[in-house]
Amino acid sequence: MTTKHRILIGKPGLDGHDRGAKVIARALRDAGYEVVYTGIRRSPAEIAAAAIQEDVAAVGLSSLSGAHLRLFPAVVEELRHGGAADIAVLGGGVIPEDDVAVLLAAGIKAVFTPGTSLEEVVQAFAAVCDEQ
Amino acid sequence: MKSIDDILAGITAGQPRAIGRAITLVENQQEGSEAVLSHLDSLVCNYLVLGITGPPGAGKSTLTSRLIEQYRADGERVGVIAIDPSSPLSGGAILGDRIRMMRHAKDPDVVIRSMATRGRLGGLCSAAGSAVRIMAASGCSKIIIETVGVGQSEMDIIGLADLTLLALAPGLGDDIQAMKAGLLEVVDLLVVNKNDLRGAENLAMDLEGVARQREDKYGLPTRVCRTIASEGQGIEQLVALIAELESLHSESGEMNRRRQVSRNREVVDWGLDMIREKLEPLAALHKHEASPQKTAVQLLQKLWLDL
Repeated sequence: MTTKHRILIGKPGLDGHDRGAKVIARALRDAGYEVVYTGIRRSPAEIAAAAIQEDVAAVGLSSLSGAHLRLFPAVVEELRHGGAADIAVLGGGVIPEDDVAVLLAAGIKAVFTPGTSLEEVVQAFAAVCDEQ
Repeated sequence: MKSIDDILAGITAGQPRAIGRAITLVENQQEGSEAVLSHLDSLVCNYLVLGITGPPGAGKSTLTSRLIEQYRADGERVGVIAIDPSSPLSGGAILGDRIRMMRHAKDPDVVIRSMATRGRLGGLCSAAGSAVRIMAASGCSKIIIETVGVGQSEMDIIGLADLTLLALAPGLGDDIQAMKAGLLEVVDLLVVNKNDLRGAENLAMDLEGVARQREDKYGLPTRVCRTIASEGQGIEQLVALIAELESLHSESGEMNRRRQVSRNREVVDWGLDMIREKLEPLAALHKHEASPQKTAVQLLQKLWLDL
């Protein structure tokens, strides 16, 4: 890889369980990506501002609290607002099947649910990064 | 994004998107990076580059976050370059310094960039110097470089920063550690962070003992400052010490001397990187009959002719 791809992993909202986010971050590191991790309990505006400063190709969001329908699209909106609609947003967590289509329609490029393999997650990030 | 002109205009306007893009360009040595860099020097105003180094877990990121707070209260625009190691296996990295600085995420006058070492060993990344100039051109008057968590001899930061502080925390070794040669001898300021933990008093006294024996060019011992960064304690004193050193160094001409040395070193570093890129494939192809040293001379002569 001559052009390194950078990814930001963020946890929006109030839930403090970031084991999943860290597992994903490590898997992406092992796949050769530079992964910026923001830590827990961030607002969509903070995550978008960090993603723009860090000039990442993609943002990965993790939510286990049930607030994904509000928080994930809010990050997409904040990025658009900051002139960075080209930064892809992907998300995962405890997400009911019915919500997946809603999130995809709201501009989330890929949605991961419990049971998605690490390979699938890394491939989805690779796909959006290669588009850039 | 857009043309080099757009990026340059965006940098001077302080736009985060343009600053981020510009740093990516120079970090990846992509097309346009030279054009960006060559236009920057005319834009750069007064700024101070502060290096923060120290072992992993000493509290460098937390200290950085507190310093940002103080400088922002004084109305300064602050840039931060936070460096973490790349994996020697995958080339990937976890850049986690931002976690401690997220309280500043929405402040448009705090520019934070996390960077990976990408194989460089001295505690910095190759593009750190360029990132400093981009941030300075965007109006940052204080630029903090947080190195990788270091051991005893990663000293590249000394060559890049105007002032370097070494953050230490208790519990990492006995008083002999404070006597050893290396990084301890060349930093401008020693910070005992986590001053509320057991062993902090001993560490501070050991360091003060070492510092007293070694006067700087002004006849002053290296300053030792005690902080509890997580609670914001000691930060005002630290900022005052930094300001005192800054004015001493600018008046004596030391600041200019250091910048000249830093510039020279950066030239040599880029040169060595370029030579390495050409030398490595040659060495791989070469039949190793002579000694490594002699082979190196032969290959360099060959390179010399090709350049």
